[in-house]
Amino acid sequence: MGDLLNAIAIAGKSALGFQAIFFALLAIGLNMHFGYTGLLNFGQIAFALLGGFGIAVSVAQWGLPFWVGVLIGVGAAVVLALLLGLPTLRLRADYLAIVTIATAEGLRLVFRSVSATPVTGGTRGLSSFNRDFIALAPWDTSTQYPVLGTRWSGGELWVALVGWLLVALFSLLTWLLVRSPWGRVIKSIREDEDAVRALGKNVYAYKMQSLVLGGVIGAFGGMVYAVATGSANPDQYQNANTFLAYAALILGGAARVLGPVVGSMLLLFILQFADTGLRLLIDRGVIPEGLLSSTDVAQIRFVLVGVGLMLLLIFRPQGIFGDRREVMIDAR
Amino acid sequence: MTHAGGRARSRSSGARRILLRLLLMVVAAAGLAVLVPGIASAEGEQVIGTVQTSRSGPIDGVTVTVTTPDGNEIGTDTTGADGKWSVDLPGPGQYVVTIDKDKLPGGVVLAGEDSRTVNVGPGRKQPVTIGLNDGSRASGGGSVRAIQLLVDGLRFGLLIAMCAVGLSLIFGTTGLTNFAHGELVTIGAIVAWYFNVRAGLPLIPATLLAMVVGGAVGALNELWLWRPLRRRGTGLVAALVVSIGLSLALRYLIQIVYGGFSNPYVSYQNQRAVDYGVFTLTNRALFSIIISVVVLLLVAVMLQRTKIGKAMRAVSDNRDLAASSGIDVNRVILVVWVMGGALATLGGVLLGLSDQVQWDMGFRLLLLMFAGVTLGGLGTAYGALVGSIIVGVFVQLSTLVIPDDMKYVGGLLLLIVILVIRPQGILGSRVRIG
Repeated sequence: MGDLLNAIAIAGKSALGFQAIFFALLAIGLNMHFGYTGLLNFGQIAFALLGGFGIAVSVAQWGLPFWVGVLIGVGAAVVLALLLGLPTLRLRADYLAIVTIATAEGLRLVFRSVSATPVTGGTRGLSSFNRDFIALAPWDTSTQYPVLGTRWSGGELWVALVGWLLVALFSLLTWLLVRSPWGRVIKSIREDEDAVRALGKNVYAYKMQSLVLGGVIGAFGGMVYAVATGSANPDQYQNANTFLAYAALILGGAARVLGPVVGSMLLLFILQFADTGLRLLIDRGVIPEGLLSSTDVAQIRFVLVGVGLMLLLIFRPQGIFGDRREVMIDAR
Repeated sequence: MTHAGGRARSRSSGARRILLRLLLMVVAAAGLAVLVPGIASAEGEQVIGTVQTSRSGPIDGVTVTVTTPDGNEIGTDTTGADGKWSVDLPGPGQYVVTIDKDKLPGGVVLAGEDSRTVNVGPGRKQPVTIGLNDGSRASGGGSVRAIQLLVDGLRFGLLIAMCAVGLSLIFGTTGLTNFAHGELVTIGAIVAWYFNVRAGLPLIPATLLAMVVGGAVGALNELWLWRPLRRRGTGLVAALVVSIGLSLALRYLIQIVYGGFSNPYVSYQNQRAVDYGVFTLTNRALFSIIISVVVLLLVAVMLQRTKIGKAMRAVSDNRDLAASSGIDVNRVILVVWVMGGALATLGGVLLGLSDQVQWDMGFRLLLLMFAGVTLGGLGTAYGALVGSIIVGVFVQLSTLVIPDDMKYVGGLLLLIVILVIRPQGILGSRVRIG
């Protein structure tokens, strides 16, 4: 029983911690792309990579102030969105999907390559660029505080507070935008592009605006991740993270303002609970070592996400809160 | 993405022999570790290795760092005059070994990545090799670098084509953009590895058996997942996301079952490159080219001449029209899946032969397959062939200008450029891009 409570507490911490914020921000961006505009962006992690490295490179390598780093990260995300959108937004949805996933993988390879080491630190990445930000915390960041049965350091609490404020801010922005005339146009693009075009709207421009906006939100996710871990390593930004964010979005419900937020908290809770639970069962010998060893547990989470994503899409594509009619699932 | 590929191809035969021997030692040792899991000595785990190249010999003063996969540092060591290093580990598990590339002497560069992930069993001294290149390639034989790369690229492109024909035909007949196609490649290569290494079969029968298994996996894909989904009327975007879920689940299941390290097949490994004047080629690379060409020709003849091949093209062209003219569409799609699975398996084995067998080899190839298929024109079988060969050659030739470890990026860039200039691909028709 104590173990169970403990596992729930650990899972709860993870559902409130920086990883949940990271996926929530990625998923809010994807919600703008996929949920409202119907764009299949499979390279969201590339925006996060640029956000995280925007800060890391500016501060650790170029010695610029932290906030300039944030601006550089946002700027890089805007440029990437324009570069991605330019060739693909006129084409069918799956072209954007292929190009975005290819770009995300390509960018990661460039950032981790030997020749990029002078800038990005290569496979070792960069660290010690978040001091200015942590120093802003109104409380002592080195002591540990007990919260809901687990211990958080002051720094973790500070990052989580600012992170959730960002999530709230972008959720509010999404809410305001999708109720505006602009939001009605992008939702119509999702439903019937040709009809919108017939009404004289520039579909291409609207899609591009949505791509840029969602990408910038994703870049903020990457910044939260980099600041929280205190390091930026290209291999943290694996493609699989994009699909974790998709799983969070679809679990919560696409085309709902709070869908991605609830989805990512739930997803992190489930994953961490499964992780702790499985490790516990292996330690106790309930699951024999030959069947599953504790080193395999880290992989199990991706298997769970993969299977969960399939089941969700097949049996409940609208997720928890979504409306089936509003989910771009039958379109091409 | 690049490490094994660059290493196996781009080295003089002398350095390659040494490297292969070291790799064989690693594999033999790893094999032993698997065979004797019952030894309870939980202490004395180490990673060891020698930093050296064929020309400059052992290199001293290079720092090697060992970390856990999350980045926690375990320990470091600096090589002595004999180039040897060793780091004590707290216990068995997965570790990342990183070499400090700044300390390498002039002229010596990394052949691939500067880090390797290894699994260390209980009580093991795990040897780790990090590939180095001392530029001795230029001195071997009379090979001209551009032609050498062209031939390598041709081999690689044919291999991509073999994997991608199935992907393209599946797209053509069902409209599905199958992100789980890379896993068909991996499963095929790994099944062949189990037959070859664990069951001790020679590689050729092992491959044939694996192709049967691969075809069966393709058929199961269709029968258990995609046919029921089509019957439910699942949309194409939903199906695309389902295939991503499947890819994710399969990929990490494979990692759990097979492990995170790379292994070679036991046959045809220790080959010396034969000098053909302007380029050199190992016999296994030569046979890889021959097998690919023959198989792809057979596929082309089948598509052009046989009844089922014509039916495939008919379904690709217009599904409803094909169905109304008496073609059993579901049967055709099933055959496409079986064929796609078997071809992906063969491609996977050839890739495993030139590089090594790894849990994510197929996923890494998938993006190049997409590049090839899109380049040639989505949904056309011949387009996939032409596009893949172009991508393979381009990827290899791009190493003339960009560093080796970024060569796949070149292929992905090519994909984006082509989409700007000619979105329907080389052989595609305008209507498909919508």
